[in-house]
Amino acid sequence: MSVKAKAKRSGGSARRSKVVLLVATRKGAWLFHGDPARRAWRVDGPHFLGHIIHHLVLDPRDGRTLLAAAKTGHLGPTVFRSTDRGRSWKEATRPPAFPRAPEGQKGRAVDHTFWLTPGHPSEPGRWYAGTSPQGLFRSDDGGATWDPVPGVNDNPTFLAWMGGQQDGTPDGPMLHSIIVDPRDAAHLYLAMSSGGVHESTDGGGGWSSLVKGLEVVEGFDRAQLHFHDPHCVRQCPSNPDRLYQQNHCGIYRLDRPGTEWTRIGRAMPERVGDIGFTMVVHPRDADTAWVLPMDGSTVWPRTSPDGHPAVYVTRDGGGRWRRLDGGLPQRQAWWTVKRQAMSCDAGDPVGLYFGTTSGELWGSRDEGRRWTCLARHLPEIYAVEAAELR
Amino acid sequence: MKVLIPGPLLSYTSARQVDARGATLGEVLGDLDRQFPGLRFRVVDEQERLRRHVRFFVDGEQVFELGHPLRTTDELVIVQALSGG
Repeated sequence: MSVKAKAKRSGGSARRSKVVLLVATRKGAWLFHGDPARRAWRVDGPHFLGHIIHHLVLDPRDGRTLLAAAKTGHLGPTVFRSTDRGRSWKEATRPPAFPRAPEGQKGRAVDHTFWLTPGHPSEPGRWYAGTSPQGLFRSDDGGATWDPVPGVNDNPTFLAWMGGQQDGTPDGPMLHSIIVDPRDAAHLYLAMSSGGVHESTDGGGGWSSLVKGLEVVEGFDRAQLHFHDPHCVRQCPSNPDRLYQQNHCGIYRLDRPGTEWTRIGRAMPERVGDIGFTMVVHPRDADTAWVLPMDGSTVWPRTSPDGHPAVYVTRDGGGRWRRLDGGLPQRQAWWTVKRQAMSCDAGDPVGLYFGTTSGELWGSRDEGRRWTCLARHLPEIYAVEAAELR
Repeated sequence: MKVLIPGPLLSYTSARQVDARGATLGEVLGDLDRQFPGLRFRVVDEQERLRRHVRFFVDGEQVFELGHPLRTTDELVIVQALSGG
């Protein structure tokens, strides 16, 4: 590695903050507090034991507000909010919900909130939520009350792109990957499974699709947006004009203001392929990103290929990929890592973390070279977010 | 009327049995929501449909409509239905 490259990736200072891993599972939520070296982890939980928690997110603007997207096997969806890092929780007084349909029309109902994104630093209290079925909601009071975003939810074109129930994932059709441009609060991206990737430059009123270059399942028409299935879209913090995407049909990169995605997953080893759910980008180096491939062959097992899981990293924007499996199981490990279940911290070197469908939490303190199992026997993990506590 | 509360809703009521008023199932659920904010949305969706894994029994008989009439002497039992493992 060149000196220049090292400098680009380096934060240049010793770690001062502590990392907390926010782990959302099918049966509750856990917080894993790391020591400054990220070697020892103190577990706090379960929170909401028995609740289905799809996402647990810390507000980086205040460092203490947590939002949890919750439902149970029996009850409808809601959002819980903590302003003391999870010591106490309060339910949203108006959770995300679609408007009541006019008499005689079939209205949509939120099955669960799937994705949570804090708003722009210039808009304290603003949050966005993506739901299943696909809907975009906004809160301006820190998650206490939520309103639909009509530019998405009531837009007939969007509704056509969303398709029907059969066009969603086995866990339901979902709106995810809500991204707020750090340079412009009104510049938003979102993705829908299914329904494609979309961009708004006016805070969510109007949208344009961003699917050029993306492939769809063979035999289908890529001009039809409801055939597009982006799994995870990420914006590079160090270069917000660069987007990466793990799609149902490959790994892509898009450099704005360009509008055509490039399938960088073509450079992955053929026997592994470029199918997966999740993708993570380096906090300081827009050429570095990580994926965790899964088996997308035949009946789509969606397990680690050959039962031999590995993270793959690119250091040149997708030109080449390198396998990182040190410390990971070498055989008979058939888990899956879902789209929200991998993230990184801002340390130097970057810490990487992922949670598996089999309830294991894994971490690496050296950007993926060596992995350690941080926890076992958790319920199926839906989301892992690494947050910095100041 | 007397309303029996299932386990998943105890975080709202803190009691297995509560009292509520209303001439229909919908009105009783509305009164419960006034007493225990947030409870109604957990059992009835935004399109006024009863949620899939919650059941309502009035004097032992299952009811499916929010407009189902109730008497003050009725007993409403809210039940969590099977929802998998």
